[in-house]
Amino acid sequence: MIRVTRRYRFSASHRLHAAGLGEAENRELYGKCNSPFGHGHNYEIEVSVRGPLEERSGRAVDLELLDGLVRRQVLEAFEHRNLNEEVPAFRAAVPTSENLAREAVRRLKQNWTAVFPAEWPRLEKVSIAETSRNTFEVSAHEIE
Amino acid sequence: MLITRKVEFSASHVCRNPALTEEENRALFGAAANPHGHGHNYVLEVTLDGTPDPVTGMVLDLKVLKDILNREVVEAYDHRFLNYEVPPFDRVIPTPENIAIDIWNRLRPHLSGARGRLYGVRVYETPDLYVDYFGEAP
Repeated sequence: MIRVTRRYRFSASHRLHAAGLGEAENRELYGKCNSPFGHGHNYEIEVSVRGPLEERSGRAVDLELLDGLVRRQVLEAFEHRNLNEEVPAFRAAVPTSENLAREAVRRLKQNWTAVFPAEWPRLEKVSIAETSRNTFEVSAHEIE
Repeated sequence: MLITRKVEFSASHVCRNPALTEEENRALFGAAANPHGHGHNYVLEVTLDGTPDPVTGMVLDLKVLKDILNREVVEAYDHRFLNYEVPPFDRVIPTPENIAIDIWNRLRPHLSGARGRLYGVRVYETPDLYVDYFGEAP
């Protein structure tokens, strides 16, 4: 069994603001990330896939298929977007990188079998770096 | 605990399955099927699992590990055309998956003692594509 990891990038803006908290509490909790007009990051996202080697190709995953799936389901949805305003999941959930990684896993899992109908390869995890100092990793089994 | 050492090598390769036609190889491997080959700056991360020696405080002397990596991997792979110069890639397609498995097989006999047992091999073909191999599950 082999794990293949592919790294992609996207840039997006967001504002961290919890609807259940007051203005002062939000400012206290999120600090600068609560600035009302939002701010942006150059995100890096790693998608890890696990599977046995296919004899014909010597590969565990067809990268063209993986790239296409990630591009359609994740990158095109997030790239140069205001996450709060333009990604439906973040109308309710705060677009922290934790929630962003979970949303990426959800999107990939929901569309996985349409691209990879066989038993393998399987999505193993998604890792998002909001900046080079912070990384957020979610295993596929953590998300329904 | 786990300790990881990184080394680099540069090599050329071509990804083709001789049982397939030109069109099939192009469809499967894209530009990597170009018969003249192309190259990468590979980065290899080798991770060992072990307990620090109570006297030295080290899992394995990194100088020893460095020598093993250089002798078993870098000398064999660096500045080579993998398909022509580095068995088993005369018959195994040198995808990063197969390179990780071959490096595991080369290192395992030298890193299977009580201290510093081979735990994982990570091969970066580019900064945006890497493969992890942890051996076959027992």
